[in-house]
Amino acid sequence: MNTPPLLALRGIHKHFGPRPDWLERLGMHLGWLPPPARVQALDGVDVEIGAGEVLGLVGESGSGKSTLGRVAAGLLRPEHGRRLWRGAEIDATPVAAHGIQMVFQDPSASLNPRMRVGELIAEAPRTHGLITRAAQAEYVAGLLHQVGLDAGAAGRFAHQFSGGQRARIGIARALAVKPALLVCDEPVAALDVSVQAQVLNLFGELRGRLGLTYLFISHDLGVVRHLCDRVAILYLGRVVELAPADELFAAPAHPYTQALLADTPTLKAEKKHFVAIRGELPSPLAPPPGCHFHPRCPRAFARCREERPALREIAPGRHAACHLHEAAG
Amino acid sequence: MSTPAAQDLQTLLRVERLTTRFRTRGGDVTAVNELSFELAAGEILGLVGESGSGKSMTGYSLLDLVDPPGYIAGGSVRLRGRELRGLPAKDWQALRGDRIAMIFQDPMLTLNPVLRIDTQMVETVLAHRRLTRAEALHRAHAALVRVGIPAAGERLRSYPHQLSGGMRQRVAIAIALLNEPDLIIADEPTTALDVTIQAQILYEMQTLCREAGAGLIWITHDLSVVAGLADRVCVMYAGRIVEQGSTAQVLESPAHPYTRGLLDSTPAAALARGHRRGEALRPIPGAAPPLAALPAGCAFHPRCARADEQCLPPPPQAEPASGQRALCWHPLPPGAALSGPAASLEAP
Ligand SMILES: Nc1ncnc2c1ncn2[C@@H]1O[C@H](COP(=O)(O)OP(=O)(O)OP(=O)(O)O)[C@@H](O)[C@H]1O
Ligand SMILES: Nc1ncnc2c1ncn2[C@@H]1O[C@H](COP(=O)(O)OP(=O)(O)OP(=O)(O)O)[C@@H](O)[C@H]1O
Ligand code: SF4
Ligand SMILES: [Mg+2]
Ligand SMILES: [Mg+2]
Repeated sequence: MNTPPLLALRGIHKHFGPRPDWLERLGMHLGWLPPPARVQALDGVDVEIGAGEVLGLVGESGSGKSTLGRVAAGLLRPEHGRRLWRGAEIDATPVAAHGIQMVFQDPSASLNPRMRVGELIAEAPRTHGLITRAAQAEYVAGLLHQVGLDAGAAGRFAHQFSGGQRARIGIARALAVKPALLVCDEPVAALDVSVQAQVLNLFGELRGRLGLTYLFISHDLGVVRHLCDRVAILYLGRVVELAPADELFAAPAHPYTQALLADTPTLKAEKKHFVAIRGELPSPLAPPPGCHFHPRCPRAFARCREERPALREIAPGRHAACHLHEAAG
Repeated sequence: MSTPAAQDLQTLLRVERLTTRFRTRGGDVTAVNELSFELAAGEILGLVGESGSGKSMTGYSLLDLVDPPGYIAGGSVRLRGRELRGLPAKDWQALRGDRIAMIFQDPMLTLNPVLRIDTQMVETVLAHRRLTRAEALHRAHAALVRVGIPAAGERLRSYPHQLSGGMRQRVAIAIALLNEPDLIIADEPTTALDVTIQAQILYEMQTLCREAGAGLIWITHDLSVVAGLADRVCVMYAGRIVEQGSTAQVLESPAHPYTRGLLDSTPAAALARGHRRGEALRPIPGAAPPLAALPAGCAFHPRCARADEQCLPPPPQAEPASGQRALCWHPLPPGAALSGPAASLEAP
């Protein structure tokens, strides 16, 4: 029998009402701008994460990565779609309540500046009744050790640490309730390269030591390639490609993935002739009909402008949402 | 007025021992420390370094835009042989936006939110050029076309809020280019943008420098961006340029252990070492020091695998290859393969 995936998301739809930025608010206030429409942040997303797996989630700004991460972690309720934890509807599964934890890009934003690191880490396991007050100090010291900080850190405040150390505190805090799945939303994006490598190594070690599963959100393809077993590529709220990392990087199937890989700068010291994808990322308020990528796609044909391509299996374990593959398959 | 030295005529920008400090309660800290480098017309220089290494302060110092408690403490900045340090404010106003332009990470530092794009662009032209309004508008339109903005005529009549982030940044770049500056200083203008948009902007900048012969200083923390863009690279650490050379020298045969460590810590380097997925990366241990507590001698020594007692006095400028310089007591030998055995990183 197949074991069900640790977490399965099926047919997830999530939209948001207006959230104008200050410029737009100014524009509307002065009557230059009509009130904004709603954003379809996730438009029918299906992904599964197997136990012990690292699934990478890649996409440009606004493609819906954080939204999907927050839906996966149960912090956002989608309008449609189901979440299954080891095959069972999640709301009926008690472990899922703290079985999934999130690690954020900027831990200082989620770390209360007035609480000492020890209290920050112990907060959730105390509320969940996982530890007693008496066991707290030892428990916290153990977690700090796991993430490579010394026990003395417990008595200090988050702002007294460097960026890399704060990232470690954020991870220790997520680990405190013994989750099975960590949803990591750009956890190293704010770190310098030299420090980023330290934190990426920590993710690797913890995975081995604790058997953790990750949903790892990043716009950095180098990081994703290094860490992830499988990769999902999001474009304007839809998964356009889903494949084992090695295969995706060796031979991307979707024209968008191909463009993304071609545009990612490499360390090769050779004046590159940059060839850019045509046009802009379209507004998520008014995504193009048919395949969302068609206005920028070098290979689009008539059908792409009208019909949404389904995410289909194009080879064992490889999925792409593109009419080219449908035609070929 | 003194006549510029003959060599300065080929050099667009010559920076010597440029130093910028901040007055703090604990005493002055040096954010830009005796920087020296040159830039030729049409050349692209990548200025790379981690957060706080002094990249932006270098850019501001070159443009005399250092606000208190910061101050330029010394050094020389010559543009086509003309000394810019100590220039009166009105001369700086004439230079900025005309001969020298700066592009910031946030385009809204350039754009005025309540003015239409055409208004802003025409004003920028007329501030420095005796042209008619129609001629200025024509120039503005051409600049938008050059940076790849579709439907430029329509965009001219938009307000900044009607444009996407990538489009705003391109308009800011177009404004910087309006008066065909000799020198452009770009401070991480693509860091907040998606790679597909970044590629477009890098492509446009490259073409512009080649065609217009402008010198470009591209500030970034991303080594891979300069790899494909720059002719030469300066690597900054704790306020100093610790290594400079051609892009190939710095990225393929780095002499400074810090440069080497940075390159080695990237996932790309791990991939080149033929590692398997999930294998550990090779980070530089520790973190960059705060300016107020810089280690004595070579500021990198507490993190450096090659450090020994000799590294306590300030390091000399080594020249491992022609045009390549490294501020180090124990530079790596030229040609040390980038992803070679870790042994070559060990202290001698
Ligand atoms: N709370 C919200 N209210 C309104 N719109 C939202 C909200 N959260 C997200 N959105 C919109 O939903 C879309 C997807 O956003 P999301 O944050 O998931 O993207 P992302 O892929 O994480 O982008 P980034 O790389 O910039 O973090 C965007 O268009 C965004 O503006
Ligand atoms: N007002 C100030 N007082 C004291 N130090 C300052 C002040 N402003 C900046 N600095 C210091 O100057 C140094 C250089 O800063 P700068 O902004 O140039 O760094 P950077 O290399 O551009 O970093 P980033 O990649 O984060 O933009 C930093 O270490 C910073 O702490
Ligand atoms: S479906 Fe069509 S437009 Fe979309 S990526 Fe494939 S070929 Fe391009
Ligand atoms: Mg996000
Ligand atoms: Mg900066």
